[in-house]
Parts: sequence; structure tokens; C-alpha cells
Amino acid sequence: MKGVRWSLWILVAFVALLGLFALQLSRPKHDQVDSAMIGQPVPPFALAAAVPELPGLSTADLADGQPHLLNVFASWCIPCAAEAPQLAELKRQGAPIVAVAIRDRTEDLESFFQRYGNPFSRVGKDDTSRIQFLIGSSGVPETFVIDGKGVIRHQHIGVIGPEDIPDLMARLKAAGR
Amino acid sequence: MIAELGLCALWLAAALAALQLVAAWLGQRAGGETLARIVRPAALVQALLCGLAFLMLLWVFARTDLSVKLVVENSGSDAPMIYKIAGAWGNHEGSMLLWITIMAVAGGLIALIEHRLPEKTMLATLGAQAFVGLGFYAFLLFASNPFARVIAPPADGDGLNPALQDIGLAMHPPTLYCGYVGLSIAFSFAVGALLTRQVTPDFARVMRPWILGAWIFLTLGITAGSYWSYYELGWGGWWFWDPVENASLMPWLAATALFHSASVLASRDALRTWTIMLGVIAFSMSMIGTFLVRSGILTSVHAFAVDPTRGTFILALLAINIGGALALFAARAGTIAEGERFAPLSREGALVINNVTLSAVLGIVLVGTLYPLLTEAFGLRVSVGPPYFNPVSMVFVTPMLIVLAIGPLLRWRRDSFARVRTPALLAAAAAVIALLAVWLVAGIALLPLLGLTLAAGVAVSAFMPLRGRSLRRLPLATCGMAISHFGIAVALFGMAVDTAFTVEKLTAAGVGDTVAVGPWEVRLTSVEPVAGPNWTALAGRLSASYRGGAAHELVPQSRTFWAPPQTTAESALLTRWNGQLYTVLGEQTQDGRWQLRLWWKPFVTFIWLGGVLIGLGGLLALIGRVAVDVRRRKAARRSATRKAEIAR
Repeated sequence: MKGVRWSLWILVAFVALLGLFALQLSRPKHDQVDSAMIGQPVPPFALAAAVPELPGLSTADLADGQPHLLNVFASWCIPCAAEAPQLAELKRQGAPIVAVAIRDRTEDLESFFQRYGNPFSRVGKDDTSRIQFLIGSSGVPETFVIDGKGVIRHQHIGVIGPEDIPDLMARLKAAGR
Repeated sequence: MIAELGLCALWLAAALAALQLVAAWLGQRAGGETLARIVRPAALVQALLCGLAFLMLLWVFARTDLSVKLVVENSGSDAPMIYKIAGAWGNHEGSMLLWITIMAVAGGLIALIEHRLPEKTMLATLGAQAFVGLGFYAFLLFASNPFARVIAPPADGDGLNPALQDIGLAMHPPTLYCGYVGLSIAFSFAVGALLTRQVTPDFARVMRPWILGAWIFLTLGITAGSYWSYYELGWGGWWFWDPVENASLMPWLAATALFHSASVLASRDALRTWTIMLGVIAFSMSMIGTFLVRSGILTSVHAFAVDPTRGTFILALLAINIGGALALFAARAGTIAEGERFAPLSREGALVINNVTLSAVLGIVLVGTLYPLLTEAFGLRVSVGPPYFNPVSMVFVTPMLIVLAIGPLLRWRRDSFARVRTPALLAAAAAVIALLAVWLVAGIALLPLLGLTLAAGVAVSAFMPLRGRSLRRLPLATCGMAISHFGIAVALFGMAVDTAFTVEKLTAAGVGDTVAVGPWEVRLTSVEPVAGPNWTALAGRLSASYRGGAAHELVPQSRTFWAPPQTTAESALLTRWNGQLYTVLGEQTQDGRWQLRLWWKPFVTFIWLGGVLIGLGGLLALIGRVAVDVRRRKAARRSATRKAEIAR
């Protein structure tokens, strides 16, 4: 009967494996991979002003000791227009929001702000998507939480929905600590 | 109508599987002879019905019947015919139907031709086969119906995944499934033998061709899959230790161990329990692999539409089939009598080391594949890659290859080292010469150096068993073994050289610029748009010359498909006897130049050449074994008729 013992061990190992599979299967799948830029300082850049009435944006502006929301958007992007009310609400709650306009024209931006409002204190102009690429953004709209030292703390991909506002505010507050 | 006919055939096949199971079960009892007679015909008709269902699926795909949900989601009217048909199994439901079809056809085949085992064992085997089959039928019919209709047919389908629109990939899944499913036959034989306590050399002989067949398909499937990912993904790598690749490697490792141990059981009546256990393990690796791929619990480059209910279903099948078999094994293992004994230095001894090292590598791959799952359970996300797999598996592959060089020279039961000294020394000499030569010519890393050394030793020793034997009287199986073992040396050589000597160049080149990569001068002559049946592309024309010789043209493309919208890089390859030039066209940079990725990969083709040789050797061995079986059967029949005549 010496064969019995090691064959039981195989059975035990198999049951443990099944348990692991079942555990993993029952958990909600976490399939979002965080950007490698999280925890990294924003790479050095300086963007010219996209509209004459607001200043442009540079790395130094992001590292002024105060946390910011950085919105990557474009006037030609329809989802960006859809998230405008949420950005306005974030601004009303006291979030300082700066922006990078991707491959855009001044006159289009002006009319975009006229229609949907302008929650931004600075808008930099990124005509080649270079800065977008540097901070690890792959599309518009995207919103980054950046702390007072200019370090990227969070990346929100896609439209900000009304349900995302509390989360973004909490992350902004956490970045300020 | 066509889709309903297919579904109907599938239901009937499932019903026959149920009948086969019940008849095999009750037929075992006294007085159940009538029921027992149903079992074989049931298996046959089930195979025919499954084949019919699969043909119907091919038909709706060939006609792009947009009232069938699966066609809408996985095909489009503008795809070329071959990819329309391949689309039938390029998705979850269709591939499961292919799986069950191959399984039913294999079951039908054993019902038709296998008469060597005691009838009770055959009944138990076919019953086990029906039991496993039923689980898959339930899975198809209740959780992944391939024939489901849509209520409102759209104007066109969503299209086939562009990466899958490739002939290599069209053939990859069917090949692998033949392998996975062949192992289900080995599993059923093992369960049948356990249930009736008939673990005999005959059982191993009957099971062996099925393992060998499955193993050939797995070998070729893995080789083809590796080559496909090499040229299709545009990364220039041929093995990524991706969970899905591992999912096909693990059954291969188990099957390799299994047919080596089965040959010990067949020739020497030893390793009885071990062979049975490997039979169970090999199929469980197929199922665990299927589970890992389909449930989506591991992140992989192979994206199937992931659905948790499917994962739960396969997990349940895994628990019932494998858990049941392992429990049966635990209960019966002690009652199987010990087989013949042998000395450590003998053919059996070498094959035991082969089995132990193969199992160790299997364990390493399994642990590496599942480790991310385990740490995730504790909230930690890690990924395990080449830095773990390569060195750790090499620890066991090295002794395995040394034994592979010497083992085939040894005699069964007992041998002395003195008898095999000359060939062993010859192989060792080849290895040492290779080691010194490579060391002197180029300083390379430890692993490729070890690989080249072992490749030289194995290559020389592979043909040693043929020494001094008449080639005409040589059994085909022995010849196959030599070719397979030589194939391992060839593949290992390709891997080691590619790892050590590949030259890579990432650059931005303007039209007219020349880039040097290894011995090649590559000039970008033009970049122009081209159109295909369901894509448009930018094609770069490259003119490449090897050491200043004649120019060859390569045309890598950056291809954009419109259904579904996706961009893929179509690499262009130039093959010489001593390696491949691998070119990829990337994006245009801001200043108008083009990104080019060039690799010179010396002897990289030997990897797949070796894989093909391994499979070819297996094929020869299979033909040899089957031919011997057929001859034996004929002789047995002749002597039986003669006896009958004499009696008269």
C-alpha cells in the first residue's frame, strides 16, 4: 500500500489548485494596468499658450507646491465636450485645473470655450502630441492628478462622469498632503 | 435551417454519449451483454453526428450567414474564403465544437479498430471517454452554443481579428486540439485500466500510438505557433513564456514523459502506476491550459472573449474529470502490483531519469505560470518571465539531455558503463570541442554556451544507437527516435545561437538611406500605399545585400484593417541557410523619416526546423509501431484460421 500516500498528496495539491482557481475566478477581474508614469515626476516641458487670454504650461507651473488636475483634451473631441460640466463642477469645488490642448487651433479652442465654458487656469498647446506621449497619455480626454512637487499621482482615462468627481477630489486632496 | 441542423446533430451526439456511458456502465455487470454491444456503435454514430455539426458550422461561416450570432461576431463578407472558414474555429464556441468533434472522432476510431484489450477494459475506456465528452457537450449546449441566431441580422459582420487572418494561425488551433484531445484518449485508457485493474504491457501498447499521435500534433502545433508569433507579432521573439504558450508546453512535456514511460511498460512491464498517473496528468494539463486561456484569469497576448461563466464551467469539468480520476488513482494505486525490477544503469533507469527531469521541468513551468495567480490572491501583482524560466528549467534540462545522449545506447534491465564507453566518449568529445570553439571565438553568456555544448553532444549521440546496425533491418521506431533526438539538438542549437548572436537595430531612416545590421546593408528605397481585400497598408521597399552581394527586396508593411479597425505590422523576412533578416516598418517620424526595426538572426530557422524534425521522428515511430501491430494482427488471424482448419 505504499503507492497510496504519494498519490493522496497529488490529490491534495490538485484540490488546492482548484481552490486557488475558484478564488481567482470569484474575484472581480482587475484588468486595468496602471501607467508606469504613476509616481514619476512629469518630464520637463514648456508649452506655449494655446489661447491668448491664458498663459501656457510648463513643468515648473505643475511643481508650485499645490496639487493640480491636468486635463488632456481637444476642441475636436466630442467626449471632451461631454465632460465639460464635470470639469466645471470640479472647479467649483476648488480644484485647480490646467490643460494641454492636443493638435488644436486657437479659433477652434475659443469657440469651444464659448460653448462649453473654460474651467482652466492655464492651457498649453501640444501640436505634435509630444507632451501627451511624455506623460503617458494615449488619447483624449484624459485627466491626471499631479501633486505639488510635479509628480503624477493618478491617471483617469476617458470621460469624467458625474460619479467620478468625488474620487478625483479625494485623490487631489490626498496628493496635497 | 443549416444552423438548426447543426444544433440538432449536436444534441443527438450528446444523447448518444449519454447512452454510451450508461451502456458501458451497466454492460459491465453480469447479464449486461446486450447493453455492452451498444457501446461501440454509439461511439461511432456520435462521431458521425459531431462531424455533421462541425460541417454545418463551416457551412454557415463559408456563406457568411449573418443570422448566426457567431458569424456576425467573428466574420465579415469581405474576408477571403480561407479566413472565413478558419473564422469558424477562431473563436470560443467554434473551437469548443472543433474540440468535441475531434474527441468524438477519436472515440469512434478506438471503438472501430481496437480489439486487443479485454472487452471489459474497453467498455470502461469508452465509458470514460463518453463521460469526459458529456461534460464538453453540456458546456457547448448550455454555455457556448455556436449555432445561436440573432433576432435582427445586421448588414455585415464585425470581421475576424486581423491578427488571425493568417494561414499559419488558421491551422494552429486545429493542430493543437488534435494534440489535447489525443491526450483525452490516453486519459480514458488510463481510467479504463484503473477501473478494471488491467495495467498490462498490452494496455501500454494500445495507448502508445494515441499518445504518440497527440504528441506529434502538439509538437507541430507548438512549432507552428512559435513561428507564427515570431513573424506575426513583429517583436522578433519566438517564445515569450506567455501563459498560453505555457499552456501548450505543459501537455507536451507530460506527453513526452508519458510515451517514454509507456514504452517501458510496453517492453518491460515496469513503471505501471507511474504510467497511469502520467496519463491522468497529461490530460489534466490540457484541461488546466484550456481553463487558464478561456477563463481569462491570467493576462495573456491570447485574447479570447472572456466570460466568467465559461471559466466556472471548465473549472467544474476540471474538478469532476481530473479530481475524479486522481481520487480513483489514490484509491487504486496501492492495489496495482509492482512491475518488473531493473538495475539503475539500464535503459529503464535512463528513462526514469528522463521522466523525473521532464516532470521537474513541467513543475517549474506550472509553478511559474500559476505564481502570479497565487501572489494575486495575497494582493500582490507580479509577472514571471524568462529570468525565472530559462535558468531554472536549464537546471533540469541539462541532466535530461546528458541522459538523452547515453540512455538509448543502454540495454534493458542491466548494463555496464564499459559497454557504452566509446560512443559516450565520442559524444562528450563533440560537446567539449563545441564548448572550446565557441569560447575561443566569442565570449557569450553561460546559458547559450551551455546550450551549444549540449546541442553538439546530443547531435552526435543521436545517431549512435544506429551504429553497427543494418539500415534495412532497422525498426522504423528506432530510426524515428534518432531523428527526434537529433531534432532536439538542432532546435537547441538554433535557440542558443539566436540568443547569443542576434543583432538588433532600431532606427529612423529617410528614403534612400542605408542601414547596416550585422553582415547586411539595408537601403530604404521607397514607401508607398497598397490596398488589400480588407485592408490598406503602407509598404516600405527595402533593398538588402549580404556582405556586399546581390540585392534582395523586402517589403514590410504597416497594415490597417477596417473590419475591425486595427493596425498591424506585417514583418518581411529574408531567409538564408545561415539565418534570417527580419524587418518591420514602423510609424513616420516628425521629420518625414520612417522607423525601421531590423534584426539579423543567425540560424534562427533551426529552432523550427528542429521542431519539425522532432515531429517527423515521432511520425516515423508511429508508422513503425502501427505497421508492426498490423502485421501481428494479420499473423494472429492467419494462425487462428489455421488452427480452426486443423481442428476440423
